[in-house]
Amino acid sequence: MAVPQLLVHDKRDNVGVVVVENLQAGDEMYCIVTEDDSNFTLRVKQDVPIGHKVALTDLKEGDTIVKYGEDIGRVIAPVATGEHVHVHNLKTKRW
Amino acid sequence: MSTQNTFMGYRRENGRVGVRNYVAILPLDDISNAACEAVANNIQGTIALPHAYGRLQFGEDLDLHFRTMIGTGANPNVAACVVIGIEPIWTQQVVDGIAATGKPVAGFAIEKNGDISTIADASRKAKEFVHWATERQREECDIADLWISTKCGESDTTSGIASNPTVGNMYDKLIPKGICGVFGETSELTGAEHLCAKRAATPEVGEKFMRTFQAYQDDVIEAHKTTDLSDSQPTKGNIEGGLSTIEEKAFGNLEKIGKHVAYIDVLGPAEEPAKGPGLYFMDSSSAAAECVTLMAASGFVVHAFPTGQGNIIGNPILPVIKITANPRTMRTMSEHIDVDVTGILTRELTLDQAGDKLIDMIVKTSSGRMTAAEALGHKEFVMTKLYRSA
Repeated sequence: MAVPQLLVHDKRDNVGVVVVENLQAGDEMYCIVTEDDSNFTLRVKQDVPIGHKVALTDLKEGDTIVKYGEDIGRVIAPVATGEHVHVHNLKTKRW
Repeated sequence: MSTQNTFMGYRRENGRVGVRNYVAILPLDDISNAACEAVANNIQGTIALPHAYGRLQFGEDLDLHFRTMIGTGANPNVAACVVIGIEPIWTQQVVDGIAATGKPVAGFAIEKNGDISTIADASRKAKEFVHWATERQREECDIADLWISTKCGESDTTSGIASNPTVGNMYDKLIPKGICGVFGETSELTGAEHLCAKRAATPEVGEKFMRTFQAYQDDVIEAHKTTDLSDSQPTKGNIEGGLSTIEEKAFGNLEKIGKHVAYIDVLGPAEEPAKGPGLYFMDSSSAAAECVTLMAASGFVVHAFPTGQGNIIGNPILPVIKITANPRTMRTMSEHIDVDVTGILTRELTLDQAGDKLIDMIVKTSSGRMTAAEALGHKEFVMTKLYRSA
C-alpha cells in the first residue's frame, strides 16, 4: 500500500494532517481517511511541515473547522483548498 | 491481541503490587530537602524526593500536600520510606499515613537535633531499610495487579492520530482484564468536555465530571487569566507541531481513553481510586510533572506517556513509558522514546499492533526494564499547590 502524505480522521472533516517531512508546494498528496480507509489525492499549495493541517475545501472567515468530525475553532482569514491551516487563519471559540 | 497476562512485581504488605523497589527519603517540607539529599548521598540504593512546599499551607491545599506526601510514600513502588521534617508533629502525620500500608517507615524531625545528627540517625535507619528492601524478590503477578496512568505531553497532531489512540487501545484491552487506569488534564479537555462527559459509566459520574470541569474553568482559568489563554494552551511546542486550538488538542487528548471503556469515578488530585478496577478521571493540571506526580501519589505504578514533539519528563518513583508517532522526534531525540509507533502514519502498523507493542513494553517495564526517562535520570517530582500559603 502506498504511504500517505495526508491523513484525515473523519469523513466530515474539512482539514487533513500532513504526516511526512519535506512536503513542498505543488506536491500531489495521497490522502487517506482513517475512519473508513477511503482515499483521494490533493495538491498542496504551500510548503506545509509535518503535523500541520491542509484545507480540503475553500473556507471563508467565520466558517467552522471540523476535525475528528468535531468543531475545533473558527476561520479568521480566508483559506483556499490545499492551503496551510494554522494559528494564522484558525482561532479557538473558547477561552 | 497481546497474550501477556503476567509480569514480575513486588507484592507489598497491603496486597498492592509495585514494579520498582525504592527506599524513599521524603522531606515533609522544603527546608528538609538538604537533610534528605544528604541521607540519599550517604546511603546507596535510596532516593531523595526534594520539593518546594510544606510550610504554612492550609485548608484544601494542606490536605492535598498531606495526600501527596502520604500517597507518594505509600505507593507500592516504594518498599520503605524515611520521612524528615522540620518539626515532629506533621512529620509523624505523614509517617502514620504511610504506615497504614504496613510497609517500614520512620520519621525524623530536625528541630532540637539540627541537620547533622538528624542526617546521622536517618542514615542509619535508611541503611537498615535498604538491606530489608533488597531482600524482597519479584514474583509472578497477574496483569490485573497493574495500575496504569496516562498523560500526554508536547502533543502534536500525530498524538491525536497515533500515539494517543495507542494508549487508548491498551486501555480497551487491559481495563477488561481488571487493571486500574487514570487520565486527567482537566483544562486540556476544553472543547471536548461534552464528549468526555458522555464517556462516564453513569450519568451521575458524567455530572460529577462536568462539575469538576466547570470548577476548574471558573476557579482557576477565569479567576486568574489576564488575556486569552491561547498563549499557554496550546503550548508553543503544540503549535510548532501543528495544533492550532485548545479544542483540537482536547479531541486528540481524549483519544487516550480508547473507544470502549467508560470511567467509573472522578478523583480529586492525588486521591486514591476506591471503586475497584476500572478507568478513573483525575482533576489535575495538564503540566506533565504536576500531573504525573499526582497520579503517582494516588497509587499508580506505571505510566504511559504519548508525546508528539518530545516531552522528556520522568518521575522518581513511577516509570514513565514514552510513545511517539512523530518521525522527526524519533530521528532527533530517540533516546527519550520507549515505543515507536511511527508506522501508524505510514500505515505499516495497525492500531491493534501498536496497542500490543505498548502492552509488551508495559509488561517489560513492570518486570524491571528501565524506561528511557529512568536511564536518562529524569526524576521530576512536582507538587501541585492550589493557592498561596498563609
